[in-house]
Amino acid sequence: MAAPKPRVKVPKSASAGEVITIKTLISHKMESGQRKDKQGNVIPRQIINKFTCEFEGKPVFSCDVEPAISANPYFEFTAKVMESGTFKFTWVDDSGDVYSHEQAIEVK
Amino acid sequence: MQVTRRQALGISAGAAAFVAFGPALADEAATEKMLMEFTGGKTPASGKINLKAPEIAENGNTVPITVSVDSEMTEGSYVESVTLLADGNPNPAVATFHFTPMSGEASATTRMRLAKTQNVVAVAKMNDGSVFMDKKQVKVTIGGCGG
Repeated sequence: MAAPKPRVKVPKSASAGEVITIKTLISHKMESGQRKDKQGNVIPRQIINKFTCEFEGKPVFSCDVEPAISANPYFEFTAKVMESGTFKFTWVDDSGDVYSHEQAIEVK
Repeated sequence: MQVTRRQALGISAGAAAFVAFGPALADEAATEKMLMEFTGGKTPASGKINLKAPEIAENGNTVPITVSVDSEMTEGSYVESVTLLADGNPNPAVATFHFTPMSGEASATTRMRLAKTQNVVAVAKMNDGSVFMDKKQVKVTIGGCGG
């Protein structure tokens, strides 16, 4: 599988106190642990189990993910921005791999 | 009673379906148990929380689902977390969202898998410990757990 690639959409700028919508997606097959291969062996579970979003080190939104979330997990949520800064997004895999992405926002 | 060929086929198909999927799928009792674990034994009230799901999902592999909770989202009053459960999936847990006052609004969208037609339940826990619930039935044409 190609390395999971995060994609994040954050507005470039906002006014102070505005509630913005953030959209995130990461390419990941989210193997549920329920499927079987052709020989009838269970394919081991391999999913993103945690997603977090922080703004300047402070938690904004996080999600505990179960196998019932679709492949290429998509999360859309909101954040209230008071000042310019950087959002940090983190995805954690069952194997312990961590994928992260950062995006700055300018507040006028 | 004489069993006709048609009835016999129906019975065996039903039994086969039960053997194949019955024990593997979560039932309402398991969902109820997880719900109670999340709420700490409280029975959730209705209102405040709104779960938006399609009435009919053609593809159970990716069902868009939005949950929003009516809250001020201030330090004094905000939604701590929202959990999603699906009572007909192999495991009823779907996802748990954690919000903070910095979220601005308690609203999130994701895409989930549904094995068959079933109820999706969303439960919100406020910072004062009160709990609210919403439930939607989603009809699934093609299940999302195929192997």
